[in-house]
Amino acid sequence: MATVATRPPGSRRPLEPRGPHTARPAHAWRSYLLMTGLAVVFLFPLVFMFVSSFKPDAQILSDVDSPRAFLPVGDLSLQNYADVFDRVPVARFLVNSILVTVLIVGLGLVVNSMAGFALSRMQFRGRKILFTVIIATLIVPFETIAVPMVYWVSKLPTLVFEGFVLKYDFGWLNTYQVQIIPFVANAFSIFLFAQYFSTIPTSLDEAARIDGAGWFTIYRKIVAPLAGPAFATVAILTFLPAWNAYLWPLMTVQQETLRPVMVGMQYFFQLNTAWGEVMAYTSLITLPVLLVFLAFQRAFVSSIAASGVKG
Amino acid sequence: MSTPLQQGTPAVATARVAAEPGGRRRRRSSSRSAAAYGMVAPAAVLLLLFLVIPVLLAFGLSFTNARLISPEPPRLVGADNFVRAFTADPTFLRSVLNTALFALVVVPVQAGLGLVMALLVNQKLRGVTAYRVIFFVPVVTSIVVVSILWKFLYQGDGLINSVINSLTFGAWDGMAWLNSTATALPAIIVLSIWQAVGFHMIIWLSGLQTIPEELYEAARMDGATPRQQFRNVTWPGLRPTMVFILVTITIAALGLFVQIDVMTQGGPVNATTTLVYHAVRRGYREQQVGYGAAISLIFFVLVLAVALVQRRLTRDKD
Repeated sequence: MATVATRPPGSRRPLEPRGPHTARPAHAWRSYLLMTGLAVVFLFPLVFMFVSSFKPDAQILSDVDSPRAFLPVGDLSLQNYADVFDRVPVARFLVNSILVTVLIVGLGLVVNSMAGFALSRMQFRGRKILFTVIIATLIVPFETIAVPMVYWVSKLPTLVFEGFVLKYDFGWLNTYQVQIIPFVANAFSIFLFAQYFSTIPTSLDEAARIDGAGWFTIYRKIVAPLAGPAFATVAILTFLPAWNAYLWPLMTVQQETLRPVMVGMQYFFQLNTAWGEVMAYTSLITLPVLLVFLAFQRAFVSSIAASGVKG
Repeated sequence: MSTPLQQGTPAVATARVAAEPGGRRRRRSSSRSAAAYGMVAPAAVLLLLFLVIPVLLAFGLSFTNARLISPEPPRLVGADNFVRAFTADPTFLRSVLNTALFALVVVPVQAGLGLVMALLVNQKLRGVTAYRVIFFVPVVTSIVVVSILWKFLYQGDGLINSVINSLTFGAWDGMAWLNSTATALPAIIVLSIWQAVGFHMIIWLSGLQTIPEELYEAARMDGATPRQQFRNVTWPGLRPTMVFILVTITIAALGLFVQIDVMTQGGPVNATTTLVYHAVRRGYREQQVGYGAAISLIFFVLVLAVALVQRRLTRDKD
């Protein structure tokens, strides 16, 4: 049991089947039947969405009454997609979301791994208390602080360019930074890094110190390169919420040019019940994530598993 | 035999990581301290600005009449916001009720279904990985997308009605599920479970795999049936996983927001309004930040209570 427990988060085995039930043909068909039934339930809405995105509205509604709803048949075209791009700056929304997501994940990897490194491998006054406080913040759901935080960021100072002059102003509403900076530091990421780093022998640090290396060099050149799985886990776990951000940008970003895809879609959906176009929009922002997931399916699943039981 | 890492929450495992410092205190400890502070500082400052201060603000603002945009500074109003919530705002009480109902159904159903799915895909069968991936697909689909999609499925002339219609050979007339006070919340419960259950399947699965194979071999040698193996080996081994799953589902369920905002805006007649939706409505859309903060704080107290119950459960059983 101890070996299982001390395995660091990113390095757990891929989830291979094991357990009490070995393959017993007599019962296997029942399992397949159940699993196939469930698979249909989990897939039918998404298949319907992709297929409908290529159909005109009238056909979507008439196909609903037959299995044709799930088949790419009839009058198929990319018209819905073209219409979405005509009606709203969806390309701009995509660029915004990609920018915000990349910066949250990228900056987060740097900031949180440095903190995790110092907290797990270095001695300094206040280390324990700081670690305890960081872990304690995990209990605060974002929804609790969302409303007070809108009030808070609306009062924060910021630098703005007016013409070519850099000026000092107040209020972060309607900026990129309000979508990015609050989500860079992440207590759970720090925890995962600290936990992984603490499994790497500290004798490496000692040896490097004797060779005259500074602490930042040890972090960057020795420990970080050995912690690939931890970086992958944190990247995956921070990618999804950043891409799916909804409540926060809904409250802090009214300006259309700065809007991320999810909020952009909700506005589009409210103004418009042309279902073909709605399905085209939802397909458009679902497909990239789905492809990334299918390509890195193993890493996704083990990251989620790492976020769970072993804590 | 149970180690800190199996006890569920990160909080419990703190002690372990914190108890393994990098090494003994050595010479040049002041330069080491400076370097350490430098490396912790960015994360610590950001967490202070965007987590600790907002939490304190939630406390502070909930005793004021602060508004989002107002020329006048916030004024202390004592416990007025809390009194108002419980005595003068029926929508708040309805939100608490709906949130509780949602959690009460979602927690056991999602946890149970997740376990059944985990047991299914934990078998040594061909193609089982494909099923695992399929069950997980809704989890990587945005909940905003899922809500919009299901809004179409639930329409009067939508897919769900037409499926029921064909299954009953035309006996079903169809109904607009989200427009009826009786069915709106159940409809949202169904899609919420559909979207999230794959996540908990994976957590159960990783719990199942911490149970040593030798225990099953021993049980088989003693002639235990699969049912007995489940009851005496699998289930006890899953206790830490179970506590973790129940707590994470409960906290997520209490935070229900996106589905409501996209699908029903709390309607019809407040049948689907929830705590977080109400906090955003009052605190942001109606700009009553002070009152919104008070509602958020009540939500936080609920979450805290759940977490404390979890700590009790994990401590008692070990």
